[in-house]
Amino acid sequence: MQAKSTILSLPTEEWVHPGTRACTGCGLSIAYRVGLKALGRDTILVVPPSCLTVLQGLFPVASTKLPCLNVTFASTAAAATGILATLKAQGNDHTTVAGWAGDGGTSDIGLQALSGAAERGDNFIYFCYDNEGYMNTGVQRSGTTPIGAITANTPYLGKLQQKKDVPAIMAAHRLSYVAACSAAYPLDLYDKIKNCLALPGTKYFHIHIPCPPGWGYDPRYGIKVGRLAVETGYYDLYEIVNGEFKLTAASEKLIEKRKLIPVREYFRAQSRFRTLTDAQISDIQKTIDEKWAGYYKKDE
Amino acid sequence: MHIIENGNAAAALGVKLCRASVIAAYPITPQTPLTEKLSEYVELGEMKAQYIPVESEHSALAVCIAASSAGARSFTATSANGLLYMHEQVQWASGARLPIVMCVVNRAVGAPWNVWNDQQDSISQRDTGWIQIYCADHQQIIDTVIKAYWLAERVSIPVMVCYDGYILSHTFMPFDLPEPEQVDAFLPPFKPDYFLHPQDPANLNTVTLPDVRMDVRGELAHGYMEIRCLLQEDLRNALQTAAEAEKRFAGFFGREADPFLEPYRCDDAEHVAVGLGSITYQMRVCADRLREEGVKIGVMGVRYYRPFPDEALAAALKGKKGVIVVEKALSYGYEGALMSDLKSALYEYLAGTGSLPVVQNFIAGIGGREIRTDDLTQTLRAAAKGRVSKEPVWIGLRL
Repeated sequence: MQAKSTILSLPTEEWVHPGTRACTGCGLSIAYRVGLKALGRDTILVVPPSCLTVLQGLFPVASTKLPCLNVTFASTAAAATGILATLKAQGNDHTTVAGWAGDGGTSDIGLQALSGAAERGDNFIYFCYDNEGYMNTGVQRSGTTPIGAITANTPYLGKLQQKKDVPAIMAAHRLSYVAACSAAYPLDLYDKIKNCLALPGTKYFHIHIPCPPGWGYDPRYGIKVGRLAVETGYYDLYEIVNGEFKLTAASEKLIEKRKLIPVREYFRAQSRFRTLTDAQISDIQKTIDEKWAGYYKKDE
Repeated sequence: MHIIENGNAAAALGVKLCRASVIAAYPITPQTPLTEKLSEYVELGEMKAQYIPVESEHSALAVCIAASSAGARSFTATSANGLLYMHEQVQWASGARLPIVMCVVNRAVGAPWNVWNDQQDSISQRDTGWIQIYCADHQQIIDTVIKAYWLAERVSIPVMVCYDGYILSHTFMPFDLPEPEQVDAFLPPFKPDYFLHPQDPANLNTVTLPDVRMDVRGELAHGYMEIRCLLQEDLRNALQTAAEAEKRFAGFFGREADPFLEPYRCDDAEHVAVGLGSITYQMRVCADRLREEGVKIGVMGVRYYRPFPDEALAAALKGKKGVIVVEKALSYGYEGALMSDLKSALYEYLAGTGSLPVVQNFIAGIGGREIRTDDLTQTLRAAAKGRVSKEPVWIGLRL
């Protein structure tokens, strides 16, 4: 475990040109910018259709300075496998291969390929940037849209089902590294990437990405909303290293505090939860409290 | 060296000789023995390649697409629903101009489930921008795989090497196994103009606008339409490159043939039976019988289906009284796809010349229905006498 990074200790070299096509206040812009700083120059990226395709720019202009293969929606992890196999055939054991896919491209259409690559133990890093919906196509529900969220195809009732726990699914593949991060905590993301680079096999990152148009808040409050998700104990920052679960960064600090901000504050900050009833919010609060009671118990 | 092996082994030996360095495959009957063989070569160290046992056909081609983009000679094989499951990737591979070679071991597609041979799988991929070649025996399978890599890498277009499931894939035939040194001389290592590399970053297959667009140097870059038009142009020009491949191959291995067509007793024929793959060799038996009866009939195997050798085919059929197209696939709602393509070639080159043959369409062997040589002979005999029907006629149907 290396020393924790500060904003001043991050490499100054940028791998994403300024002025991308991402929406104002897009959480992905932060996670991608900082994530690529951690990955560095010796990296090949794989990207399926998603908000990142838009951020990447339109031919013949590209906003990313690293080599990047755009692939079909369902094939991110399989394409990463193909690049890895080629690097192996070329005798290259140093270049990092990284997939960056959205939550739909991961938890729904891309899950089969991701599971296949993870089962084979292919040595690459998979980033799922989770803005909790098909935002690029106009905010439709995905497997990771949380219960109660209004989307374009859950327009009145909000999503009725639970968010799919993709990091848990990936942890069940017994990966060497699984991490849950947030765009609101970029340094935690940076350090985790650095920590996992030398680990074998598939490494999985789940990054919570506040999305102004999809979640319904003023773009200036992206970090605030992202932090509220963590400070309410609603979304946790953690890593699972060779099966060992550990809360990190702000979530780790919450263990010492023994105090969570009520989840209502998080829901109130966004218009997508506007139809959540008090009873629903109480239920969700109860689930969060139970989860954290478990964390506290482990800590004792 | 002459050996006796099955068709799948012939394909596997071809891939091995071509030194493909990334192989990805998902099992489906009747393709399995081919990819099992390749996994065996890799595990035994006889072949220096990465063998990726993927979790789906969609991923099999995803691996090949990424591998090819990163500079590897890649290979996959499939059949039937496996090919259909790949369809999105099939289009992607040609759009991205990657010289992947894929064997399609032809099998009927569901529903209902059927594991036997016809050609609906590869024919349904006709419009995907791949080169499609049909083989009629094991020698053609191994030779075509070798030529396919040379051609694909020349024109930056992927190639499907199609051969009939079971009839070719699981039967044993003697064939000449090319010497590895000869294949190395024929097929130099794959060196693409660009491949993904951190020292030379590029963003491949980005969103491309309907219209042309200025790049950072102020030069106009292609729009989507220009890129797709170039694929069409290069596919059409690939006919010329295919002819070069045939000549070059003959120079190394001594086997030279017409690259596009495989005529049998056609010179003095009044009627010509046309088909794709192994059925054309069965029709040769029918033609021999009918010749004894005095029916002047020949057989034309079409080896290249895409790009379509329209001019060569029209020239070969010019002056014939009748053309009988026998197909193991159908464009449902109309007629056989080869039938339509052949008629349009005849119209283009022979309309107004007074020598347009009568063209008839027969559908045979769908879902592995046995094509009895007697039935086939009777069909050709009747068709040579005059037009049987305007609609495609199903041979051996018991409705």
